[in-house]
Amino acid sequence: MARTERKAAEIDATGIGKSFGTFKALTDVTLTIARGEFLTLLGPSGSGKTTFLMVLSGFEPPTTGRLLLDGRDMTDISPEERGFGMVFQGYALFPHLTVEENIAFPLKVQRRGRAEIRRRVAEIIEMVGLGGHGHKRPAGLSGGQQQRVALARALAYEPPVMLFDEPFSALDRNLRSQMQDEMRRIHRETGTTFVFVTHDQEEALTLSSRIAIFEAGCLQQIGSPRDIYERPGNRFVAEFLGDINVLPIRDGKLEGREVTVQGDPDGDLAIRPEYMRIALQAPAEGNAVAARLTDLTYLGGVTRLNLRTAGGAELVLSVPTAELSDGLTPGAEIWATWPGERAFML
Amino acid sequence: MTRRHMLLLGPLLLFLAAAYLIPFLGVMRWSVTLPEPGLHQYRAALTDPLVQSVIWRTLRICTMVTVITVAAAYMLALIWVRSGPVARVLVELCILIPFWISVLTRAFGWLALLSNRGLVNSWLEALGIIDLPLVMVRNEFGVVVGMVHFLIPFAVFPIATAMRNVDERVLMAARSMGASRARIFWQVFVPMTRPGILGAMLLVFVFSLGFFITPAILGGGRSVMVAELIYLRLFQSPNWGLAAAMSVILMAGVGLLIALLLRQLGERTAR
Ligand SMILES: Nc1ncnc2c1ncn2[C@@H]1O[C@H](COP(=O)(O)OP(=O)(O)OP(=O)(O)O)[C@@H](O)[C@H]1O
Ligand SMILES: [Mg+2]
Repeated sequence: MARTERKAAEIDATGIGKSFGTFKALTDVTLTIARGEFLTLLGPSGSGKTTFLMVLSGFEPPTTGRLLLDGRDMTDISPEERGFGMVFQGYALFPHLTVEENIAFPLKVQRRGRAEIRRRVAEIIEMVGLGGHGHKRPAGLSGGQQQRVALARALAYEPPVMLFDEPFSALDRNLRSQMQDEMRRIHRETGTTFVFVTHDQEEALTLSSRIAIFEAGCLQQIGSPRDIYERPGNRFVAEFLGDINVLPIRDGKLEGREVTVQGDPDGDLAIRPEYMRIALQAPAEGNAVAARLTDLTYLGGVTRLNLRTAGGAELVLSVPTAELSDGLTPGAEIWATWPGERAFML
Repeated sequence: MTRRHMLLLGPLLLFLAAAYLIPFLGVMRWSVTLPEPGLHQYRAALTDPLVQSVIWRTLRICTMVTVITVAAAYMLALIWVRSGPVARVLVELCILIPFWISVLTRAFGWLALLSNRGLVNSWLEALGIIDLPLVMVRNEFGVVVGMVHFLIPFAVFPIATAMRNVDERVLMAARSMGASRARIFWQVFVPMTRPGILGAMLLVFVFSLGFFITPAILGGGRSVMVAELIYLRLFQSPNWGLAAAMSVILMAGVGLLIALLLRQLGERTAR
């Protein structure tokens, strides 16, 4: 697949803005999508993810800003000329064509030879696991199979960039995670640049090499899943991506006890549920806060604990079940502890 | 369907039976009993050179009318569904106004336009484009023009419905693959609207088979079609048995067409 790897492209977006009338759907989005990377656009509904994808694809011209493709300005280039592979939420298959014909369509557009088309279609059908379904029409396929056809059709002509708009949102959980695995494999095998829209945080964390968080048309943060999860740039990102505990700090102290604080000694300290543990007695040293256990949910390997501190802050802890002593029941007076380097100020 | 639904549908079914089924059974009876029992009227209908030529002309005119009407309606529907608000309102007027004018008025309107001393010929003569008037009425041309004009609005609706059902994202997907406008239109859009095209064709063809006033006026008695011939056999040179036999043949033909189309549509969705 060396050939496709060469084809992967790099995109530079600078100051992209998009207004619909007076409404600003995107404001000053600047980011670079590296060659062959898997970038996920994540954000709540209406945050402008689809709009940004439409700007990338060329279907929506940006109101402000420039787009570069491998260093060349492509802001005013038509979607046909950009030729990015697109996979839409509703699959957008050609209903009157069979699976094979759907996949062959872009190859015919490119006027490839008959034999080459046949070979390529067979190869790609194999790649997305659709063997034996080549002669069916989309209406005769399950949701997951249609999704694969959409993927195959977009991959078939080896576009320099693949754009996905919530491709899995109609699939059930099992199928979804199966498709996610395949997406990663296909991304690896093709080496193409993938831009993927979702509002499922877990999906974003599993799939991407980097995540771009959008809110209200603004890019909030872009970074590796780990960066974004563990070093969120602001409160919105911290709270959007999974659960987080927020504790008010005054003068370097939390409810009277000294805690490790980097930077400003007044503000909100944030800690992910996975990094907090419990202690039955007050620890002699280290970060801790006294709390009452209000609820306890067994989730198999981990147990979820809900605590309320004396000061009234609600905490969520995700603790390996193996570390918990039996006989812990709601109402118990315990302590929540955490390693200082895992906490950050918002 | 529940019993309640059936009860609600009851009056309608009764009405349909009283208005269509019973009279049709009566016509079928005439066709095998008048003037004496037997199938000889069918034999006559199918062998009589006059009837044959009328059936042949009817099929020819109806086919032409269907093709022209559906092609024109497709373009109109395309503008209606896929263009800006101004064009949309104009098309809506074009589609709706004809519904407010009776068939008779419209046929005479075309007569006024197309006859030897009609508007079109006088203009063309005034402009020096022609010396002798073009003969555009009292022949098949006039009949076709009148019928197409009448039928276009009916064809627009099923086609427009099919066009509205086309998912915009499918067209975007095709564009992103680099397909040209022409390719997207012919290889994606048109096939996706096929059910609407077939429906419109059937509607127009069946409708045009029964046309009566328009051919009578614009054809001027020279381009007699089946419906007019049946009328003539009923009231001008009466032969009710023959008229009934021709009616039954017409009905059978229409039924066959509908069955074929339904099978076509069924096959597409089943696979
Ligand atoms: N063509 C348009 N005209 C007017 N407003 C639009 C248009 N397209 C999008 N918007 C608005 O822009 C905002 C961002 O929309 P967008 O579809 O990009 O959101 P999204 O992040 O994809 O949301 P979701 O997760 O619900 O798909 C929304 O408030 C939407 O109403
Ligand atoms: Mg969206």
